[in-house]
Amino acid sequence: MLVDLFENRLALALIVVLGVPAVLVLYIVAVEALLTRVSRRVSAAVRPWLWLAPALGFLGVFLVYPTLATIYRSFQNRRGDAFSGLENYVWFFTRSDTLIALRNNVLWVLLLPLLVVALGLGIAVLVDRVRYEVVVKSVVFLPMAISFVAAGVIWRLMYDLNPNTGTLNAALDLVNGPRVAWLSTSPINNLMLILVGVWMFTGLAMVILSAGLKGISAELLEAARIDGANEREVFRFVILPLLAPTIAVVATTVIIFALKTFDIVYVMTNGNFETDVIANTMYKELFANGQQGRAAAVAVVLLLATVPVMILNVKRFKQQEEVR
Amino acid sequence: MTQAPIAVDLPTQEPAGGRRGKKRRPGSVLHVVLTIIMLMWAVPTLGLFVASFRTAEATNASGWWTAIIPPWEFTFGNYDYVLNRAGFWDSFVNSLFITIPATVLVVMVSAFAAYAFAWMHFPGRNAIFVVVVGLLVVPLQVTLIPVLALFRDASLGGYELNGTIMAVWLAHTGYGLPFAVYLLRNYVGGLPRSLFEAAEIDGAGHATIFFRLVLPMSVPVIASLVIFQFLWVWNDLLVALVYLGPVPANHPLSVTLANLTTNFGGNWQFVTAAAFVSMVVPILVFFALQRYFVRGITGGAVKG
Repeated sequence: MLVDLFENRLALALIVVLGVPAVLVLYIVAVEALLTRVSRRVSAAVRPWLWLAPALGFLGVFLVYPTLATIYRSFQNRRGDAFSGLENYVWFFTRSDTLIALRNNVLWVLLLPLLVVALGLGIAVLVDRVRYEVVVKSVVFLPMAISFVAAGVIWRLMYDLNPNTGTLNAALDLVNGPRVAWLSTSPINNLMLILVGVWMFTGLAMVILSAGLKGISAELLEAARIDGANEREVFRFVILPLLAPTIAVVATTVIIFALKTFDIVYVMTNGNFETDVIANTMYKELFANGQQGRAAAVAVVLLLATVPVMILNVKRFKQQEEVR
Repeated sequence: MTQAPIAVDLPTQEPAGGRRGKKRRPGSVLHVVLTIIMLMWAVPTLGLFVASFRTAEATNASGWWTAIIPPWEFTFGNYDYVLNRAGFWDSFVNSLFITIPATVLVVMVSAFAAYAFAWMHFPGRNAIFVVVVGLLVVPLQVTLIPVLALFRDASLGGYELNGTIMAVWLAHTGYGLPFAVYLLRNYVGGLPRSLFEAAEIDGAGHATIFFRLVLPMSVPVIASLVIFQFLWVWNDLLVALVYLGPVPANHPLSVTLANLTTNFGGNWQFVTAAAFVSMVVPILVFFALQRYFVRGITGGAVKG
């Protein structure tokens, strides 16, 4: 029966537009209806788990289980039929190309969040004061709507060595500057790739920070101004502390993007000219070299690299809970 | 569901010009800075846009900026080719069928979880939330092989999941959830406690509080989430390629467009046109939701 349903596109459209939200709303309504029938104590104990169940189900199937399977796999040999101890990890930490990938990821993790958060916050605050806010936001946001394949094409146009077709070299030519091979000169090519990331992700930071900024009460800002604070002081002592949790969310998100960076490198240089990153190393091992064990080990290294970010987050999270 | 009277005034949008009217007159430096920012962000896209109206020979011979100066030699050939390819509109519809449920699922499921994490007490609450945040970092590529194996084994009432549109939106929901839960939990947790206490005193159940207070007050952050999730799923190539690989009839726009380049190796002038066609829907979504970012929807209810 389900087969017929799904083959009929009209039915599929109905499922897509009405069915999915209806099922979700009905789920919560049914859960709450059921909980009214049991004692208060039981319902208080069970309710959180029922509200969490859909999320935990999805996370379990699509993230937790595959991750555990991958960690297990990282201690196995190439074919996955015998344990090989730490062999895959030794391979990762003793090769110059994987260590370069590691170094580049450190560059990404330091520079991308710094630039994205600073620019995103700056633009969110500045744009809040002008009437053409929507225009600026849309322009900065636009790159988010572009797929990585298209972004790769765009930036190849920008970075092209030939000053007749490459925008940046044409601009340098105009002021009699040197001709730069942006993508094959290490280490500036890493910076150039990171700038593509900045161009794509600043929109994300700006949108979230702007939403947070709009959430700050107008009366509060007005009160600070009436009390004699100038705009810089309002930003430093009112806006910044109130936005701190939002900034933390954005910074964490971008740090994680930086750790997982894949598409930009894959599309623009495929890791050549010392621009490789960990996620691309993993992809190569998995799909080009057929080294599932090594790929799994690379993935685990990536996971471990995020532990400090997680610890910081937990600390901040606990502080926030105490304030509440 | 009973409609419990809620003592707290639901925040309403401020009258037009309320906040905006009090704005200081911005200085000209501000306008210059913003103009430079806009130029920096627009030039690369503008370059692509101009290139999409040029022939391959022209683009290979000279920079896109030379085309702006008359005589114009623009062509619609690239767009004509892309839009009239067999299966283009089918894949357009497929993209909608994948992206809409994946977005709805992520928003609703993560909102349920965010509410539970923020306003319910249960053992292991923080530990589980930390695990969810930890899952943010799992690279998608790690999950492909185990999940593909799951899809091959799984069937829903005799219906094979592997290669179906449903498999793709289920997977995208899983991948999108950590960020969504993290973002919403932070926002929902910042709503004022007094609001929930007042609602509870008035006898409102959790479902009422959730649908009538939490969701409406979280509109700005939900709007951002919808935009991000919509964009990620719409532009995703890898997940669709891996899970839909063998079934071309189910391919979304991203896969069809990627095939466009590989099949005709190096004909990337078509990609420039295709890129703009595929951007239309995400941009419309962005503009449709843009207005929800306006100040005042939460009435300053959010601490940070």
